[in-house]
Amino acid sequence: MELVIAITLGVLTSTGVYLILRARTFSVVLGLTLLSHGVNLFLFSMGRLTTASPAVIGLVEEYTDPLPQALVLTAIVISFSMTAFVVVLALKAAVELRSDHVDGEDPNEDRQ
Amino acid sequence: MDIGLVVFLPVLGAFASLLSRLKRPGPDHVQGHALVALIAPAICLLLLLSYLPRIQSGEALVYSVSWVPEIGLDLAFRLDGLSWLFATLITGIGCLIILYARYYFAGKDTAGRFFVLIQLFMTAMLGIVLSENLLFMLVFWELTSLVSFLLIGFTWSSRNARRGARMSLVITGGGGLALLGGILLLGQIVGSYQISDVLAATDTIVSDDRYPLTLSLILLGAFTKSAQAPFHLWLPHAMAAPTPVSAYLHSATMVKAGLFLMARLHPAMGDTELWFSLITITGMVTLMVGAFVAMFMHDIKGLLAYSTISHLGLITLLIGMGSEMAMAAALFHLTIHALFKAPLFMMAGIVDQATGSRDMRNINGLWRTMPALMVVTAIPAAAMAGLPLMSGYLSKKMLFSESLLVTAPHWANTLIPVWVTIAALFSVAYSVRIFHNVFFNGQPVDLPHWPPRKKPAGMLVPLFILAAASLLVGLAPQTTYDSLIHLAVMATSMTHLPLYDFSALSDAQAPAMMSFIAMIGGIVFYLARGPLFAIHRQLPEVDAKNIFEQIMQQSIRFAQSLVYRLENGSLQRYLAFILVAAIAPALWMLSSYSGWRGPSELTDLNAMVVFGAVILCLSAIGVALFHHQRLPALLLLSVTGLFVTLAFAQFSAPDLALTQLSVEVMAVVIMMLALSFLPQTSPRESGAGRIVRDLSLAGLAGAGVALFAYAVLTRPADTISGYFLANSVPGGGGTNVVNVILVDFRGFDTLGEITVLGIAAVAVFAFTRDLHLKERVASAGTAKGFAEPHPVILQMVSRMALPIALLVSAYIFLRGHNMPGGGFIAGLVTAVALTLQYMAGGLVWAQERMLTHFRPLIGAGLLIATVTGLGSWFVGYPFLTSAFSHMDWPLIGEFELATALLFDLGVYTTVVGATLLILANLGKLMTVAGPGQEVG
Repeated sequence: MELVIAITLGVLTSTGVYLILRARTFSVVLGLTLLSHGVNLFLFSMGRLTTASPAVIGLVEEYTDPLPQALVLTAIVISFSMTAFVVVLALKAAVELRSDHVDGEDPNEDRQ
Repeated sequence: MDIGLVVFLPVLGAFASLLSRLKRPGPDHVQGHALVALIAPAICLLLLLSYLPRIQSGEALVYSVSWVPEIGLDLAFRLDGLSWLFATLITGIGCLIILYARYYFAGKDTAGRFFVLIQLFMTAMLGIVLSENLLFMLVFWELTSLVSFLLIGFTWSSRNARRGARMSLVITGGGGLALLGGILLLGQIVGSYQISDVLAATDTIVSDDRYPLTLSLILLGAFTKSAQAPFHLWLPHAMAAPTPVSAYLHSATMVKAGLFLMARLHPAMGDTELWFSLITITGMVTLMVGAFVAMFMHDIKGLLAYSTISHLGLITLLIGMGSEMAMAAALFHLTIHALFKAPLFMMAGIVDQATGSRDMRNINGLWRTMPALMVVTAIPAAAMAGLPLMSGYLSKKMLFSESLLVTAPHWANTLIPVWVTIAALFSVAYSVRIFHNVFFNGQPVDLPHWPPRKKPAGMLVPLFILAAASLLVGLAPQTTYDSLIHLAVMATSMTHLPLYDFSALSDAQAPAMMSFIAMIGGIVFYLARGPLFAIHRQLPEVDAKNIFEQIMQQSIRFAQSLVYRLENGSLQRYLAFILVAAIAPALWMLSSYSGWRGPSELTDLNAMVVFGAVILCLSAIGVALFHHQRLPALLLLSVTGLFVTLAFAQFSAPDLALTQLSVEVMAVVIMMLALSFLPQTSPRESGAGRIVRDLSLAGLAGAGVALFAYAVLTRPADTISGYFLANSVPGGGGTNVVNVILVDFRGFDTLGEITVLGIAAVAVFAFTRDLHLKERVASAGTAKGFAEPHPVILQMVSRMALPIALLVSAYIFLRGHNMPGGGFIAGLVTAVALTLQYMAGGLVWAQERMLTHFRPLIGAGLLIATVTGLGSWFVGYPFLTSAFSHMDWPLIGEFELATALLFDLGVYTTVVGATLLILANLGKLMTVAGPGQEVG
């Protein structure tokens, strides 16, 4: 199962990285979201993955590691707010620069 | 400590001058400013004079305080014969320069600035000569370059001044860097930066392998500072500075810093073949170039500048010879040069101000209108020419007799005497020229001010004092030498020396002969100047400043082309660079690593996990594949988010699952909103090469993450969470450890996180408040045929759902401390419920019925959280310590009341406020006519 998890994390990272390298802001937003999913899951898995053992005292016998969960919980909220911010930034850039290219003006990818 | 006082008093003086300038601005208070500026240098001079008896008894006073011991930097001062001589010249001539400047700047607004800078410069210069620590000295060394830059560019409106300032900064600053390297090497060789230690380690230094490099670097610093060829070019262009600056920095003091450094290090590094050849040859070239060019300068200051270069070369030559007597001659000449060159510059300034010109082709016959100036100029000019009875005559004869003593390298023993005689000939010629040309030589031609403006008699006082001193040295050389200079010479050779015998010098035949030849030759040369100037005019003109500017421009262009190659404005390229920089080192370091498979047993495959993982992977790949079609890509993205949520739920993280679920809803809504303003498709514009590059980067990054995750997951866990699990109930009063960590153990982190959330929301508000999308929205709306934006069924259902949703969120909030839930989740649930109202009823409808002040809500939330944290201070606990108690409530049963709950309320409020602020403002853009009022 470890292998499956690792591959999933790799796929999330790869697709995220590929998308943030695209030229249009919306693709970058998609990529950032995928990348933050990957990062959140990665952090989460650092506490090892156990089933049916939530860290609620008295509920179960063995507890999973609560610390990565606490870290990831705030990370989820922060990445949400950052996504919202980037979306609005992309929107403003698209309106004011009349292009949704990440460089703001030139539709050609490579400017020389 | 008094030595430190000598160094730092002028800084205080500079502040005093600054104050006096601020207090009385304008051109009418120059006299007052000058008096203020005179205080510190005068005290320094008196202090130095009071040290004279102790210096004369042969003491070297060292005062030292450890400053940065890790790098061997001490706040250390040293006062011995050599530094006393320099310090006295600096302060003494400094006082006279301030006196002169009082008249030079009379009626000018810039006087105050000059007095501030000149005192700063004085500190820098005193720091160089009085530092005991070489690193400490270097700081002052660079400071002189900086202040010199400011003073050359004093009249910054002039292009020449700016260019001259830049040139001098580049050359002397560059030399300073070389010097830094040299000093660091020297410090490594010796093991200390203290001058006392360096001077005591001669054998270690000279026998070290790094000696040639060290010496070359240090000399590079000294040569650039002292304007030695080929680095002399900055000095003539530094003449764009006001004349008091030229007189002080660029003839009497700063340019001598390099000479001082060589003299200072001579006992430690001198007496080697390398020392002799490097310094002597440089000195000879500089001596000749300076003297020759000076002859043909028509600008008075230009002539004096090149003559200064020539004299600096002469002193360098003497230092290069390195014998005790040569050192004596060097320091003797250095002293008298300061005494005769400063008044000549002052004369140039007076003539410039009086006639409005410095061109000697125009300035002639001033003896009628300025007889007093002529008299005080005659003495320094004669000293510069080296006429008998003058101080210059003695130093020239010292030079000649030393040059005859050089025997060592075979090329030197006849070349040097001939060479110095020719240079002396030029020197006589230009000295005669500057005096005869300015005060005699017929009638003035086309002067801007004629008859010349009257200058106050007081302006001549500093000239008179310096001329008198110069005369005195010439008349009583033995006394001057014995009482002042001999001590400095001893400091440069570190041995006890017999006194220099001036009577023997006057009996010597050969030097007198050489001197005679130079004098006659110089006068003949001057008389023949007409045809010589004509020949000189035929020579191709080389403007060093233009060449320098060209070199500068070329190097700037080169740097720019490099920058453009890296930085062409494409953010994609930067990002690719960053990724390469992150991936490449990891790839390089880890390529041979084989321990990816840890020792732990692998867990069995679970069909549900595999299914979830496959969907997750497929949807993520789908997003990447179909990202050109934006809406389908977004839908696939939400599938990914959903399966991430399921993963959290599967692996014992109910809090995370709840959070992710509500965040996912909000995020997708926001992106949908944004998408309605953006193009629906992304053009296919990446070339094949770029796609291959990006795919390989992405593949490598993904592979790296997968390998790391695999390596960690196959190793036994080692966690610090035991503490949290054990103390959650007794310490935090809650059984949901994740929540207790958030609001209690790591409450401070959470406070930071919600602050970031609030800031992001306010930033979104700021971005959207003046964003107008009306036309686009109108067209998009009709084109896509959104006939019924707010379906009735959705409206009805959502209104009924609202109270239930709020109740659920209250429940989640309250139970959060003990069961999955808490402020974050409850806040998001509330926000989702309210968002639903917006979607169902429309922004206008919702705004009429709802609280729309979201920013105060964010503020209130942050305030609640912070005040809760502060509360624990009042009962004597650290920030954010929680207190709790359990109480039995009727009907509800046992219920825990914890301050952490209050903190969580702050979190809740902030989350609700921030989320709705973002959403409402994005939604506002949707309305065709605008909601009519600001949301937030």
